[in-house]
Amino acid sequence: MDFALSQEHAMARDLFRSFAQNEVKPLAQEIDEEERFPSESVAKMAKLGFLGIAVPKQYGGQGCDYLTYTMCVEELAKVCGTTAVVLSAHTSLCQMPILHFGTEEQKQKYLVPLAKGETLGAFGLTEPGAGTDAAGQQTKAVLDGDEWVLNGTKMFITNGYYADTYVIFAMTDKSLGRKGISAFIVEKGTPGFTFGTKEKKMGIRGSATYELVFTDCRIPKENLLGKLGEGYKIAMDTLDGGRIGIAAQALGLAEGALEVTCDYVKTRKQFGKTLGQFQNTQFQLADMATRCDAAQLLVYRAAIDHDIPKKNSDGMASSMAKLYAAETAMYVTTKAVQLHGGYGYIRDYDVERMMRDAKITEIYEGTSEVQRMVIAKNLLK
Amino acid sequence: MNIVVCIKQVPDTAGGVKFNPDGTLDRAAMLAIMNPDDKAGLEAALRLKDEYGAKVTVVTMGLPKADAILREAMAMGADDAVLVTDRVLGGADTWATSQTLAGALRALDYDLVITGRQAIDGDTAQVGPQLSVHLGLPIVSYTQKLRIEGDYVIAERMFDDRHHVLKVKMPCLLTALSELNEPRYMTPGGIFEAFQKPVTIMGRKDLVDTLDSNIGKVGSPTQIAKASDKVRKGAGTQYIPEDATDAAEYITARLKEKFII
Repeated sequence: MDFALSQEHAMARDLFRSFAQNEVKPLAQEIDEEERFPSESVAKMAKLGFLGIAVPKQYGGQGCDYLTYTMCVEELAKVCGTTAVVLSAHTSLCQMPILHFGTEEQKQKYLVPLAKGETLGAFGLTEPGAGTDAAGQQTKAVLDGDEWVLNGTKMFITNGYYADTYVIFAMTDKSLGRKGISAFIVEKGTPGFTFGTKEKKMGIRGSATYELVFTDCRIPKENLLGKLGEGYKIAMDTLDGGRIGIAAQALGLAEGALEVTCDYVKTRKQFGKTLGQFQNTQFQLADMATRCDAAQLLVYRAAIDHDIPKKNSDGMASSMAKLYAAETAMYVTTKAVQLHGGYGYIRDYDVERMMRDAKITEIYEGTSEVQRMVIAKNLLK
Repeated sequence: MNIVVCIKQVPDTAGGVKFNPDGTLDRAAMLAIMNPDDKAGLEAALRLKDEYGAKVTVVTMGLPKADAILREAMAMGADDAVLVTDRVLGGADTWATSQTLAGALRALDYDLVITGRQAIDGDTAQVGPQLSVHLGLPIVSYTQKLRIEGDYVIAERMFDDRHHVLKVKMPCLLTALSELNEPRYMTPGGIFEAFQKPVTIMGRKDLVDTLDSNIGKVGSPTQIAKASDKVRKGAGTQYIPEDATDAAEYITARLKEKFII
């Protein structure tokens, strides 16, 4: 067993690190402060193919594996949690369901421009009454001639408003319960599809989190994604891959916080010594680093398994990765703020933002409680 | 158009330089990167490729691990890569290096050869000009801007306070400054493709018209007396003379102050 990255992966990681440091880091504080979508970084990522890393070349992507995409999210999150989640939602939640369940026509029409970075993607599952209980969809889709008519509201939608292509879930037959949910591809600008409230958040404040409103929104019949009634399966399959993206975001936040804290304690002096010379600091850093490393192993394993058919069919690897990485992100960023003392509570310091950004990783794309449910269910079956 | 770009793997000196006890660079203690001026030269070649269409070949002389910068260059967009490596080429100074590169380039087709101005490990700025002499090519050093017009390269050669615009018929050689451009990033897919492509390996036997006395340690006349970290050049003093005599007197006085004359 060799834990070393291949030369290709190591070079890709260097590329993502260099891009994150040079292009993304300088904007991280500004977009958080102004709660501004990082359009300029997204445009740069599009130009370099980052918006299609895990999509096969035949659909305009870079043809890389899931690990490469995961490392990209990780490196972005080290400096900016917002930019990382923009990429994660676009890739895991919009491109992957179209890649795995779309028809050839849908792939050509929607996946190719998404992979080339000409369009941005989003995913609409959550509703005011359907969060963890995703089966409780209230949004309805009714077939009327050659068109589906959508009515309902989605909330907390990452990349909302800025995305061009949306994978939307709606109930097509309530009597069938979760087997009555179907998935659809909806384009921004479709009459009857509007944007509601833009949420004001604790963290990842540069990411756009919008309410989507469908009022007699008519979309072509052929925009049904997958089979009728297959929506819940598509959503769960998509979230399973999405969890790896969020796990990578959490991992990056933890690693980023550890890095800046190591730099800080080497220079900050109290009682005539640098903070790093105190054993209390050393022990805390050791715990933070060990958890980061363990999280990275879980995340990379889940990413590698994701590319092997049926390897992660029970969702254990991705749930463990997200659970542990998210809790590591909270643990490490909280310790990082503490080691920075008063400065850690000031917005000029990166760790303040990182701690706020970390919290959401324990909540979205399946809370930590949901991940524990998935893991326990597999243990006890 | 065939463009050959000479690149070198160097230790990253951004975080300071580390020396062995004998005064040579401790390369193992420093990260290995593509020399920044060479990277600018590669970017210039890739832009010419984008604009006019060209085949870009990167050539490096070094240890087998220098393969990494050739892959990086291909991930940026270079078409072919050549690694010149052989035990007998080890210990080369600038003279032996330029002779070796000339031997390799004689085996390749080129209309334009681009090298970096200088490498950040040795800072000699000698290999590019020496290579032009060995290959009998006109040279524009310190190139800060360039374009192609028919068979000619129009290049700006930088000086401290001005530049010359030169029109040079190809084949010719340019040495590039890192100020020439902002090198592009690799693409993720490009990286994986680069590792699928072959790298041509050249050894001593593949060098064309190259004498044994001009290669490796044996062919290196340079003896390093002392190595030190780079000392930054100061901003200098500007003096506006009244006339030529005043200028000459001012310069003479400064040189005498420093016991140079």
